Amino acid sequence: MTHNATLQIIFLFLILILIAPPIGYYIAGIYQGTIRPINRFLGPLEQILYRVCGIDPHREMDWKQYLSAMLLLNALGFLVTYAIQRLQATLPFNPQSFSEVPPLIAFNTATSFVTNTNWQAYAGEKTLSYFTQAGALTVQQFISAATGMSLLMALIRGLIAEQKEHLGNFWVDTLRGILYVLLPLSCVLALFLVSQGTIQNTLPYQSIQPLQSFTAPSLSKPQGRASAHHNSEAPLSSAQVQQLPMGPVASQVAIKILGSNGGGFFNTNAAHPFENPSPLACFVQLIGLLLIPVALCITFGSLVGDKRQGWAILITMLLLTLPLVYGTCILENQTNPLLEGLPLIETANIEGKETRFGITQSAIWATFTTATSNGSVNAMLDAFMPLGGMIPLWLMQLGEVTFGGVGSGLSGMLVMVIIAVFIAGLMVGRTPEYLGKKIEPHDLKMACLAVLIPPLLIVLVTAIAVLNPLALSASNASGPHGFTQVLYAFTSMVYNNGSAFSGLQADNHFYTVVGSICMLIGRYGVAIPTLAMAGSLARKKKIATSAGTLLTHTPLFIGLLIAIVLLLGALSFFPALSLGPIAEHFLLWEKT
Amino acid sequence: MTIKLLPIVQQTLYKLNPMHQRHNPVIFCVYVGSCVTTLLYIQALFGPGEAPPNFILAITVTLWFTVLFSNFAESMAEGRGKAQAQALRQTRQQTPAKVLKSPDKQSTYTIIPSTDLRQNDCVLVEAGDFIPSDGEVIQGIATVNESAITGESAPVIRESGGDRTAVTGGTQILSDWLIIRITANPGETFLDHMIALVEGAKRQKTPNEIALAILLAAMTLIFLCVCVTLLPFSLYSLLQQSKGPVISITVIVALFVCLAPTTIGGLLSAIGIAGMDRLIQANVIALSGHAVEAAGDVDILLLDKTGTITMGNRQAIELVPAEGVPVTDLADAAQLASLADQTPEGHSIVVLTKEKYGLRGRELSKINATFIPFAAETRMSGANIGKRQIRKGAVDAITTHITQLGGVFPDSVQKQVDHIARQGGTPLIVSEGNRVLGVVHLKDIVKGGIRERFAQLRKMGIKTIMITGDNPLTAAAIAAEAGVDDFLAPANPEQKLTLIRQLQSEGHLVAMTGDGTNDAPALAQADVAVAMNSGTQAAKEAGNLLDLDSNPTKLIEIVDIGKQLLMTRGTLTTFSLTNDVAKYFTILPAAFSSTYPVLDSLNIMQLHSPQSALLSAVIFNAVSIIALIPLALHGIRYKHASASTLLRMHLCIYGLGGLIVPFIGIKAIDMLMAWLKIV
Repeated sequence: MTHNATLQIIFLFLILILIAPPIGYYIAGIYQGTIRPINRFLGPLEQILYRVCGIDPHREMDWKQYLSAMLLLNALGFLVTYAIQRLQATLPFNPQSFSEVPPLIAFNTATSFVTNTNWQAYAGEKTLSYFTQAGALTVQQFISAATGMSLLMALIRGLIAEQKEHLGNFWVDTLRGILYVLLPLSCVLALFLVSQGTIQNTLPYQSIQPLQSFTAPSLSKPQGRASAHHNSEAPLSSAQVQQLPMGPVASQVAIKILGSNGGGFFNTNAAHPFENPSPLACFVQLIGLLLIPVALCITFGSLVGDKRQGWAILITMLLLTLPLVYGTCILENQTNPLLEGLPLIETANIEGKETRFGITQSAIWATFTTATSNGSVNAMLDAFMPLGGMIPLWLMQLGEVTFGGVGSGLSGMLVMVIIAVFIAGLMVGRTPEYLGKKIEPHDLKMACLAVLIPPLLIVLVTAIAVLNPLALSASNASGPHGFTQVLYAFTSMVYNNGSAFSGLQADNHFYTVVGSICMLIGRYGVAIPTLAMAGSLARKKKIATSAGTLLTHTPLFIGLLIAIVLLLGALSFFPALSLGPIAEHFLLWEKT
Repeated sequence: MTIKLLPIVQQTLYKLNPMHQRHNPVIFCVYVGSCVTTLLYIQALFGPGEAPPNFILAITVTLWFTVLFSNFAESMAEGRGKAQAQALRQTRQQTPAKVLKSPDKQSTYTIIPSTDLRQNDCVLVEAGDFIPSDGEVIQGIATVNESAITGESAPVIRESGGDRTAVTGGTQILSDWLIIRITANPGETFLDHMIALVEGAKRQKTPNEIALAILLAAMTLIFLCVCVTLLPFSLYSLLQQSKGPVISITVIVALFVCLAPTTIGGLLSAIGIAGMDRLIQANVIALSGHAVEAAGDVDILLLDKTGTITMGNRQAIELVPAEGVPVTDLADAAQLASLADQTPEGHSIVVLTKEKYGLRGRELSKINATFIPFAAETRMSGANIGKRQIRKGAVDAITTHITQLGGVFPDSVQKQVDHIARQGGTPLIVSEGNRVLGVVHLKDIVKGGIRERFAQLRKMGIKTIMITGDNPLTAAAIAAEAGVDDFLAPANPEQKLTLIRQLQSEGHLVAMTGDGTNDAPALAQADVAVAMNSGTQAAKEAGNLLDLDSNPTKLIEIVDIGKQLLMTRGTLTTFSLTNDVAKYFTILPAAFSSTYPVLDSLNIMQLHSPQSALLSAVIFNAVSIIALIPLALHGIRYKHASASTLLRMHLCIYGLGGLIVPFIGIKAIDMLMAWLKIV
């Protein structure tokens, strides 16, 4: 079975390495303004939008103005998303006549989609109208992804600029990101998905006569993204007529994949046949998950005028991710000791996985979606082997920098680079510098904040949750596994991933309220220091390079960067992990 | 200066004052942790404690030692400076100052204590007096003993006007008198500044040190939260497993202290003080902490040719006679023209004629010769013996001289002159009457080993630029011989300033040395500016480092010290961080052994028992501080190499070392304790 994994992983990365560079250069051209809009329709549209909104596209912003614009757009997005959910009963495209979304869930969902987290405390096909799905959520999926890319552009401009205050114009960056990058790519992917069987309509739900009568668990108790399988308390109902949910799925799934959003149309997300209809669709979506994050590394190299810098970061990310992806494939393909001795043909850990995708595609999907801050799921992570489930968790805990979200991942990695450069720079006896910019106390303070806030928040909130009866009532497991569920949920929300371990009732009030706060702090607690650092970097002048300059594209530096990312991830979370998946792992193998 | 152990131990204990500890967040956290375990120990003594009292005691004692070792390192570093400060303080005794009513020797004066002197007061100092405060000579000339400041016993000359006007308080006038305008208020004098610096009392943290402190504080905060949250995590696990005790606070504190970057945190201030101290040992005073680190960053050194690259003086190495002149005649004339010449060049000609042509020294008076000293108008020197007019001088000066006498400057000599100039030499023409006898080849002697030094610097990415007043041809030859990367010739102060500005705008960091008032603008512009102590007040004020030895070569040493300071911090930080991996594998299985016995699989070192594991880890942690004190004080050794080579080397030694050493160390301590049956 691992041959399958090896081949798939090789093909995936080969294709990515082939198609990402052209897209990367294209994105660089878009943000530099050197590539003119690709078709006759979008160019005028950009200009019209500037005029309607009263935006002067030539106005440059300093970091505070850039940040204000970003917060303003996101705050508006939040209000609109919240309002649409609360008013959906009176709004069009609601064939199932869903009532308004409860305030807490609406609040959580709005926060979640604005912050690019896409944690879902609701079941899409049971809660949201088509208008809410497409008009509120899908729109935010575009905006939040473009916001992430704008953040990255501001940071890159900070690195390129020489004694300037300005980091570009947020409105221009975000609009171009949506119009010329996300929209065209999403169109292509959506069309491909439709060709594979993903639906795209606004029909009412279809009733069909099943060939065989069956019992299905009720979908009324949503538990994070993809849930129902493991809630033993869910009432079972016998169905003679099956309701097939419909909707504008392909358009949402395309941006869900490309914008590292992960918020699917249906509750079971990418395990649903209408979202992820075939193994080929699954394979192409796997490429889509990594496409923009990989391309942005190339964009970075192109923008800073040194392609090697972009490749160095890309190689760092690849070297960090590949062993973990492959490791999960191996772990899931091994014999599950609990299945041994049962009259089964397959003793590998097939439990909780879609048979259409099998173990390997489930394992790759789980690791790709957590590596990229996407968080979409096509299998029940809850049912992964303890260590197999730990890897997706740890991929998030590495800081969502091994690819990470579109834009936000690379900017997070650049923050890591600043810290690595600082330590390495001291070791070679020079004031640390990156791309000619000296790293001074203020920059390091901001970098430390950006790296520090998420892990602190995760361990503190997890500590509160494991002692809080309300929070504990949401979990369907106890012991190390229950602990993993809680840790996973908060890791996912703080790092704006949105992936769910399942087995946890996500509409629990503790999780909706505390989780929303986590998502906000996780997003802006990192974005604000990053922008502040970009502003301070932009003001500096460039230092000339010499043999005494630390080279940041060499294998040696890549190795150091890997070590720093691993060390920070491991040192912050090793104690918690050892009480969760690691303890569970040893307990599982001890029993047998 | 000897370092006494007793005051250091006293300091070590005195530093336990929490007001002192709070300046170092890492060690302060250890301090608070130690207090907590101390209380837990007392609780365990008088009632049901959370762990066996002896175990808590052992952990507590080790934690206190961690704090003490850090204090000890700092006290050690300060110790050397303290001794030096004591010596300096003695020179700062109150001296009576003769304050003049007007800056005139004849004016009346009143005697006031030197501590009451204010800026712009004029004082008179006479032979035997101590100069009461820093100032500028406005009248007079005198020899001054500055050994109190420089350690150099030879007296120096201080006079009004020119480049030798600055005097320092606490130095003594040996002869003659000076009228000095005071330039510093009490407490702001150079001596005060120096005492504060060597004591480390007013030591400003440098930018990199601040940045590193931020990183360490951030790491400490992460580990604090990671460790504190283990208590609720453990409670949860316990509720679920319903067996075993909850993790004890002692264990949490121990884990935190082990994980926090105590090694570098404990040694950070010692490294900074020791770095400053190394500068002081090199007789360099840093007027701003920034300059020391900037010295490590510098990538271009502007070096004055004379004194830095070449020996101070040119020497005669060859006599080239004109056509038809026997070389002995030339040698004879050259010697006669130089016998009474006190300049080093003149002296070297006498030596050359003696060694190469066997001419003995003669007394000018015995051969009825009169010496013609060098004069600004003629720019020649020489001797008249009867009717013989022997002269030596530069080409143009001699040409004018013999043309006046009706002679002609021969072409063949001109060719020789050009040849010597191309080789970087200075041609000196010797004439008798209106006849040119030949050329003396004066050569700048490049200092031994300087070429290798520059090669090392180049490897580290530091470019050297030679500054000289010579003509470009001569400069090029010397530049090639010394192996500098570039030269500026002929240079004047304005050109120097322009060059520095241009280099800085290209993103370079420039270091230079200077002593004259006309160097001041360039010194002020340079990133690292080393002023010579022998220089003017203006130069000293413009510089950010002061070389008491007034040795321009010192710049290279300063760069080394700056780099070493940063490297020591960087390597110890790396060591401290990588240590944590082993500590996790030691403490976590021990901490949760009762809740999840299966976690013993993580006990890859096979440590004796949970208690011995915890103790071994904290002991290793404390011991590593004390073991690294010598490294912190002396700075790490490094060779001159490119950044990549240095990084590779340091990562191997301190990165991998930091990963592996604690595994061995902790296991060894554990085995020792098990063998001694302590645990």
